[in-house]
This record gives sequence, structure tokens and C-alpha cells, in this order.
Amino acid sequence: MKIVQIIIFAALTGGSFFFFLKKVREIYNNIMMGRKEEISSDSSFRWKQMLLVAFGQQKMFKRPVAALLHLVIYISFCITQIELLEIFIDGFTGSHRILYFGLFEGNFLGSLYTLVINMIEILSLLTFFVTLAFLYRRNLLKLPRFTKAELKGWPMRDANQILIFEILLIFFIFCMNGGDKALQIVGEHEQTGHFILSSIVGKALSGLPLGAIHFIERLGWWGHICMVFVFMNYLPYSKHLHIALAFPNTYFSRPEPKGEMKNMPNIQKEVASMFGGAQTEEGEEPMYFGAKDVTDLSWKNLLDAYTCTECGRCTAACPANLTGKKLSPRKIMMDTRDRMEDIAKGKKEHGPEFTDNKTLLGDYITKEELRACTTCNACVEECPVNISPLSIILELRRNLIMEQSDSPSEWNTIFSNLENNQAPWQFSPQDRLNWVAELND
Amino acid sequence: MSTYKVPVMAELAAEGKEPEILFWVGCAGSFDQRAQRVTLAFVKILNQLNINFAVLGPEEACSGDPARRAGNEFVFQMLAQQNIATLNMYNVKKIVAACPHCFNTLKNEYKELGGNYEVIHHSTYINELLKSGKLKVQGGEFKGKKITYHDSCYLGRANDVYEAPREVLMALDADLVELKSCRTKGLCCGAGGAQMFKEDEPGDKRINVERTEQVLEVNPDYVAVACPFCNTMLTDGVKGHDKQDDIKVLDLAEFVTKANGY
Repeated sequence: MKIVQIIIFAALTGGSFFFFLKKVREIYNNIMMGRKEEISSDSSFRWKQMLLVAFGQQKMFKRPVAALLHLVIYISFCITQIELLEIFIDGFTGSHRILYFGLFEGNFLGSLYTLVINMIEILSLLTFFVTLAFLYRRNLLKLPRFTKAELKGWPMRDANQILIFEILLIFFIFCMNGGDKALQIVGEHEQTGHFILSSIVGKALSGLPLGAIHFIERLGWWGHICMVFVFMNYLPYSKHLHIALAFPNTYFSRPEPKGEMKNMPNIQKEVASMFGGAQTEEGEEPMYFGAKDVTDLSWKNLLDAYTCTECGRCTAACPANLTGKKLSPRKIMMDTRDRMEDIAKGKKEHGPEFTDNKTLLGDYITKEELRACTTCNACVEECPVNISPLSIILELRRNLIMEQSDSPSEWNTIFSNLENNQAPWQFSPQDRLNWVAELND
Repeated sequence: MSTYKVPVMAELAAEGKEPEILFWVGCAGSFDQRAQRVTLAFVKILNQLNINFAVLGPEEACSGDPARRAGNEFVFQMLAQQNIATLNMYNVKKIVAACPHCFNTLKNEYKELGGNYEVIHHSTYINELLKSGKLKVQGGEFKGKKITYHDSCYLGRANDVYEAPREVLMALDADLVELKSCRTKGLCCGAGGAQMFKEDEPGDKRINVERTEQVLEVNPDYVAVACPFCNTMLTDGVKGHDKQDDIKVLDLAEFVTKANGY
């Protein structure tokens, strides 16, 4: 019987990791569709950003209630990995609670084990309530940032599914630990120390027939590990991918002041040669300005898109969105990810030459959205994982103006004023000092 | 009272002189009637303190900010490279700008194009003058008055300048109150990203109206701004609510000159 369980466990593990890693590779390839971008930070800056922003959740605490609720799930998730490690070893070796009986029993680590399992159980219970609170905030309280147009359909379902997965994970943990406790009470399993919460469950279950207790314990154990595999394979398709990508994404944070826009060296050279400076070399690759599709964006923009968990803090802070314009920075990120997925899907089904004649700019993101941006950096400031929707907006704007010559007429006027008299308005440079006349009035 | 002077870079250079700072006036400061008054105020402060400064005058071109943010990198590069050639020709080392957009572009975006200068915004500069004791400011007409400060995006989030403007206002002995969205959460006035120069996209209301409503919530006597575009936007917003007699929108430099009777 034991060997059958080990074989099933090994097969499930192998299959899960196979499909998970396959999708991870696909996502990596999608991100690498992007152009090169040098991130000019040194490693101490990178580690600091990652430790503070991702690991320490620094920016979450701008919204203390959400931050606290999120922190419970985060800590709970991290510490539960210890019990998951034990489940894996038990699964592969057929052992039972190997960390306790194999390593810790009888020495001082035994009480550490008891402490850790107690913490896992208490945090799991807290997480249960937090999950309910999140379901309430999203579905009943209807916080404005959770009810915007871009969340209709799959994104809303995705968010709720994740929360339900969490509830199932917790349910199975208490089945497993409660069942084990009940078996300890009836003398079937050896004692593992006092677990406050599962002892209560165990006591309640201990009156059941022995077969039923065994069933509940196994249901908990298998249910939990199966949910872990489901969760793992669901993750790369979900907004919940942030639990992994928050780390690389903050590690590769841009160190420049937020106000600084990316330079375009090819245009710099072109203009310099126009002014009589260095000549541009012949045979250079043709210039293409800004971004029309995801392949024109940088890999960091694309990593940003996969990191986004659609929390909507950016959109809630966006002055354009706040005043009823179509622009939503969150939608910019969601569209970018959707576009990558659509390209990857098309290539998978129709071969690497596949094209659907669609582009990110136009078919996913409209110019009306782009034109509404005031470049105020509120979205960038708000993002808890250092995503920059603004960077994508500006690249798309560059394409609109420089590749498609698609500009509002008022902007054309300022461009020609700037070219002709170096000011956005039609004033002569000779009049720049006219104000001086009033100085000594 | 002595007459105020505005030394022009080309003239100083002809005399073989180099000023300590270059005052970057900016297009708004040069041409916009409201912003011109801020320029005058700042020049008066510089004169009063006998600061060795100069302006570029006709040789100053737009920093390129609105062109770059609209998406027109060609026009930006033309303006930026022209400015850098001028600034380098005069061997400029330190620039003070009264416009956060010029400040941001000159400070952050000219480096990569060969323009390396120490660039500070006039709010930081005035605050330094106060701190060093060179500039003294009495409360004057602002003593005990309720003042609120509107963060400019290009000073605040873009460059992390939050405290200097507030410190200047605190020197006025006034009652400084914060808006609902302030500092890192400061709400844009609606002008950035070249929005100043075009009609809004369709929506429920204008951004400056939204921001003005936040201003009205705290019901101040004065709104302090540090950007010519925020100034225009909030002045319009306050007028739109017919509150221009109760709430005055003033730039930091104007607070100083009015308080000191320059």
C-alpha cells in the first residue's frame, strides 16, 4: 500500500513540475521577446530594493489595512513551506512527519517543531479570516479599484479563484493535522507535541470510527499536496504570479529619478549630425521609433507586465482615471501581458511565422488612453512591486508621434513653434526678456 | 531702493565675467503673463541678496520637456542639444530653474547628452538661502494665514523634492495645512506630459477641477505652488469656483517678495 502511494506521489510531483517548468520557460521566452534594456543599477542597490520592496513589502504599507491583511497571507505562505518540505519528504519516502520523528524528536529541536507547526496553524486560521475579508472587499464591499471595467470577466474570476484555492489549502491542512491528532488521541499515531488548534479538531474527530479518522487524515494530506500542485500550475496563468516575480522585478528596479525619460541614442546621433557633429555611419540598421507592439518594448516592461497582480493602486491614483478618462495604468499592464500571451499562443498553434496583424498599440491600447496621461508618476509611485506603466505609455506615445505622425493638432502646433521659435507658444526668442521692462515699475 | 538688474549671459561673457548661477527662466517664465510675475519676484530676491546671477535671454530655448513627453524625440533632441551647446559655451556650472519641468529635464536628461550641471529648483535654492541666513523672511501679510501647498509632480515624485517648499512656507509664520493628497500622493494639476497644450480627452471633469475641490476642502487663504503650469491650472480652477477673491494662488518666490515688501 505504501509503495503505491509513493509511486502516485512521485508521478504527481513529476507531472506537476514538468507542466509548471514548461510554462515558466514559455513566460521567460515571452519576456525575452522584448528589446534589450540596460538597467544601470549596482548589485547593492538591487538587493536593497528587493529586500525592502519585495521581501519587506515596504510600499504596501501606504495602505495599512490592506498591507496588514496581505502580510498575514504572506507570512503564512512563507512559513507553510516548512510543512510542505516535510510533506515532500514523507511523500517520497513513505515516512510520517519525518522532520519530527526523524530529526527533532528527543532533542531541543523537537520543541522548535512544535512551535513552527503551531505558528503555521495559527497563521492558517488567520489567513482563513483574511481570505474571507478579501472576498468580502472584492465581491460585496466593491472597492472602486476592484470594480473597474478592465477587471470584468476572467480577471475577477482569477482573483476569486485564488482566494478559494487558499481556503481549500487551509481546509486540507486542518484535515491533515486534525486527523493526525485524532489518531494520536486514539493511540494509532505517536505523539508529536501539543498543537493548539489541531488538538481541538483532533478531539472533535476522535469520536469517529477509526476508518473515518484515517480517511480524513489521508484526505487532508493528499488534498493539501494536490492543491499545492494545482496552485503551482495555475500560478503562471494567473495574476497571482507576483508572488514569484515581485522578487526579480524589484531586483531590476530602475535607479534613475522617476522624472527621467529613457534617452533615444539613435535620434541623439541623428540630430547631432544634423547640427554638424559626428556623421552617422552608413549601413546602420533602420531606425524604428517607440513601441507599436510588445516586441518593441523592453524586456523590463514585459517583466513588469507579468509581475502585475492587478491590485489597481496605480489606477486608483491616476489623475486621468480619477476624472473619468479612459486611461487605466493597470489596463496598460494587463493588455501588455495579454498581447504577449496571444502572440505566444498563435505561434504555438500556427508556427513561429504566425502573425495576426494586430498590435498592442491600436488593437489593445487605444491612443485615447495614451493621450490622457499627464506623466505625473502617481502610478509608478503607487506600485508595490516597482512596475512602471508610464514607461510603456511613453514608448507607445513615441511610436504614435514619430512612426505614425498621429498627433493632436494642438501638439503639431507646439512642435512647429518649438522648432521655429524654441518655445511652445508663438513668441520670438528676441522677446524672451520683455518681462524685464516691468522690473522697476 | 536700488534698481533691479537682470544681467544677460552674452554681455557678461563679453566682459569676461562668469556669474555664480544661471537663472533658467523657462518659456512660461518668459512669456506667460502670470509666470512672468514669478520671474520678476525671483529676480528681485536675487537682486536684494546681491547674488551674482545671469539669464540667457534670447539664447535660452525650451528645455524640450513637452516635446519629449508628447513623444517627439526629434524636437526634444534639437532643443536639448542647442541648449547644451549654449550652456557649455558659457561654461555654466550651476543652474536654478523656477519651473519643475525645466529643472527635471536639465538635471536628469541633459547629462546623457553631454550637459553636466548642478541644477536646483528655485524652491530648494530659496530654502538654502533661508537656512544659511542670507535671506531673512518675516511673516508680513501671511502671518497666521492659512496656506496650503500643492506638490508639483516633477518636483515631488519625479525628483523627491517635498520638504524644501514646505520649509520656505513655514518660515512665514503661517498656518500650513496639507491637502488630502499630498507629498508622494500629491494629485497632479493636469498640465504635465504636454497636456497643458491640448484639450483633455473625454471624461467626467478636468483634473484641475478635481484638485481645486481638494483645495476648497481645506479652505485656505493661499495656495502655494512651485510650478508655472500648476499655477495656471489652479488659478483657473479657483476662478471656476468663483473663489478668486478668497483664495489666492501664489508661487513660493512671490510669498517671499510679498512678505518682505520687495
